[in-house]
Amino acid sequence: MLLEILEQNYLMHELAVTENILALALEAAQQANARRITAINLVIGDLSSFVDESVQFYFDLLSRGTIAEGAVLRFRREHAVAICRTCGHQFQVSPPLLPICPNCGDHYLEVKGGQGVAVDSIEVSDGDEAESSETGSQC
Amino acid sequence: MKLKVAKQVLSANDAVAAQNRARLDAAGILAVNLMASPGAGKTSLILATAERLPNAVPIGVIEGDLASRIDADLVAAHGIPVTQINTGGSCHLDAPMIQTALEQLPLEGIRLLFIENVGNLVCPAEFALGSHLSVVVASVPEGHDKPYKYPGMFARSDAVVLNKTDVLGVFDFDLAYFERGLRMVNPSAPLFVLSCRTGQGLDGWVTWLLHRLDDRAKPSIPTAS
Ligand SMILES: Nc1nc2c(ncn2[C@@H]2O[C@H](COP(=O)(O)OP(=O)(O)O)[C@@H](O)[C@H]2O)c(=O)[nH]1
Ligand SMILES: [Mg+2]
Ligand SMILES: [Zn+2]
Repeated sequence: MLLEILEQNYLMHELAVTENILALALEAAQQANARRITAINLVIGDLSSFVDESVQFYFDLLSRGTIAEGAVLRFRREHAVAICRTCGHQFQVSPPLLPICPNCGDHYLEVKGGQGVAVDSIEVSDGDEAESSETGSQC
Repeated sequence: MKLKVAKQVLSANDAVAAQNRARLDAAGILAVNLMASPGAGKTSLILATAERLPNAVPIGVIEGDLASRIDADLVAAHGIPVTQINTGGSCHLDAPMIQTALEQLPLEGIRLLFIENVGNLVCPAEFALGSHLSVVVASVPEGHDKPYKYPGMFARSDAVVLNKTDVLGVFDFDLAYFERGLRMVNPSAPLFVLSCRTGQGLDGWVTWLLHRLDDRAKPSIPTAS
């Protein structure tokens, strides 16, 4: 089976994360007696190591045969922010981090945020209804 | 219909990590999660540290590796209790793996437990193990840009070791640049600049570990009000 081959040869960290995403989504759907999960809204920090495409890839494999099969994964990136300790300028960063402040050129910076990986919400339907959530806003 | 979930994705791993922590605390063990690129010197640091610790601080080791037993055999050859986790391809250790490993170690005889994580600077820091301290080991030949490239790893560390300073003369390693990158994401973690080969700088690291052990041994002092 494809998953077993993957596990044995090339187990990326996104597999572990995606298993958890699916489990959290299924649990929430079950508690609400939902029949179908149409979308999962994720928040992923820019300093985390998880790559959207890779999560999507594993999700498509793992969700087969579950009520989340075919669900849309929406990734909202939680940005990390650098603050210049010299001039106070704030700007968005992602790895590799910029070593100097684009405003004053100094290199005493502090970086905050961008570390979480969370399931924010899921969108569900009862299965019979028209699936109206498909065009919902990006979280 | 939209359902709010608002849960950290790795909360299941975190829950097992909390159990591991409780287990370690009950046994009076301080656990240190060592993370680094392959070859940075994790195993060397464990062995060099073991040599310098007082006899009153017996250590144990959990070796995480993709497939081999090489490091575990090396550690065992020094008479240190060790257990090997072969992750079978996984690029990081996780809390359930540590739970199993703890079953296999003689915990009563250990005060300081080193967990050598899989050689990888990308993701191990995101998987809590239940250890008390996370330490990143970087090394001179890897270059001074590691904190800029892997900020998540350095941000989560309680201490950073820069190993292989004996070869500083051979590489164009800018220590100030490295440290600025570290301070961007982590203003407070102590940086230990050392060489496992020559032993230079190891005393500061060992002293810091002994202080962390002392901190644990003391009952927490209730804050006066
Ligand atoms: N020059 C030098 N080499 C070192 C030092 N520490 C470790 N090494 C060497 O680096 C290689 C990898 O070390 P090892 O401890 O196995 O790294 P690990 O993969 O992180 O566990 C070995 O050949 C060590 O002898 C050091 O301080 N200086
Ligand atoms: Mg090693
Ligand atoms: Zn500035």
